[in-house]
Amino acid sequence: MKDGTEKPLQGSGGIGIINYGAGNIFSLTAALDRLKVTYGMVNTENDLGKYSHIIIPGVGHAGAAMEKLKATGLVEAIKKLTKPVLGICVGMQLITEHSEEGNAALLDIVPVKTKKFDKDLNIKIPHMGWNAVSPKNNSLFEGVEDNTQFYFVHSYFIEYNPTFDIASADYGLKFSAAIQKDNFYGVQFHPEKSGKAGELILKNFSNLSL
Amino acid sequence: MLSKRIIPCLDVKDGRTVKGVNFVDLRDAGDPVELAAQYAQQGADELVFLDITATHERRKTMIEMVKSVARQLNIPFTIGGGITEIADAEALLNAGADKISINSAAVRNPKLIEELAKAFGVQFVVLAVDTKHVDGKNMVHLNGGRLITELETENWIKQAEDLGAGEILLTSMDHDGTKAGFDCGLLGKINQMINIPIIASGGAGNMDHFTEVFQKANVDAALAASVFHYGEILIPDLKQELKRNQIPVRI
Repeated sequence: MKDGTEKPLQGSGGIGIINYGAGNIFSLTAALDRLKVTYGMVNTENDLGKYSHIIIPGVGHAGAAMEKLKATGLVEAIKKLTKPVLGICVGMQLITEHSEEGNAALLDIVPVKTKKFDKDLNIKIPHMGWNAVSPKNNSLFEGVEDNTQFYFVHSYFIEYNPTFDIASADYGLKFSAAIQKDNFYGVQFHPEKSGKAGELILKNFSNLSL
Repeated sequence: MLSKRIIPCLDVKDGRTVKGVNFVDLRDAGDPVELAAQYAQQGADELVFLDITATHERRKTMIEMVKSVARQLNIPFTIGGGITEIADAEALLNAGADKISINSAAVRNPKLIEELAKAFGVQFVVLAVDTKHVDGKNMVHLNGGRLITELETENWIKQAEDLGAGEILLTSMDHDGTKAGFDCGLLGKINQMINIPIIASGGAGNMDHFTEVFQKANVDAALAASVFHYGEILIPDLKQELKRNQIPVRI
């Protein structure tokens, strides 16, 4: 890479990763390293102020992840953030209102629900692998063509709601592959595992200015 | 639409890939990181690394290799071989592995599947099954097909799904190494029985075999080793061929 310096991208004061113990973040930090995007861990409310962008990662059980997030004491501070926030996979589900996984009340930042895929739709669960995504005109997906494929691994999905959907995908039914409300963004797929397209999403996010 | 996945499988010993590889522009064919990156660039959808190291130093070298791969690779990968307990799996997860594949340890202790699924989620747990036709039955084998068990393949896979396996990697020992095509009959039958993804393995010799296994058995993914390593099938060509046959793939 030509811009191989360690200084942050223009307009970015680095990415703070919410460190709440829900899943492994090695692949995410490795992707940010490859992109030369600076990052650090957010453990306290004070840490939230150190970065211009925040990522909420997450794999596993949404209800359990919410309990872990609550245990950090960061919930109210996250809800009040006005800088760009990106939830990835379960991290995206956390910014919704509710998940059927563990019947859990979540952050309720984006008023949509996280539901379980229904195997009666003649689909295998988990939804695992590369699926085509149709983005709307949104800065997070700048430069991403229609039907670009991203890597998904999940058994619960976010219901499609045209107000908050910024990219949809189909698996038995149409669901939201990405959502946005104000400064809060979420992607269901794993950008850190989605080849060049995924890296573009991370880069776009790190360049977002509101 | 969800794409059918193409998965090269790499055998690793002491942190190095062991099968001969003849990619022209590789500086070091034994370097798993370079090889993995090459496959990712060619359009592989996922990679599987099978560790065949037998020394007790294996865990440390494996973790180091997994970390180096995860630093470079921007597609998912699975690690298999020698995983017998939660701690093994956790170390691999923290080093950046997306999934682990378990085989004989699960046969010896089926509860391991349940424990792994509970600790890390079903998506993390791939059950590898080596199967061979014996006296009209499909029997689970261990040690690369050398050791027969008392388990019937169909029953074992069903049980594993119930315990929390997130995916099945099914290798037909009757077809493995023959280059005469996948065992579409058995794969199709198993695929009908379960509601989790299945990866076909064993028997790939040419591009038609991939078309056939997706069309006839409707599996979710197909895995192969030597046809990719020796350049007999190039992944971009294979993807184009599958696309021509109306099989959904990521180009």
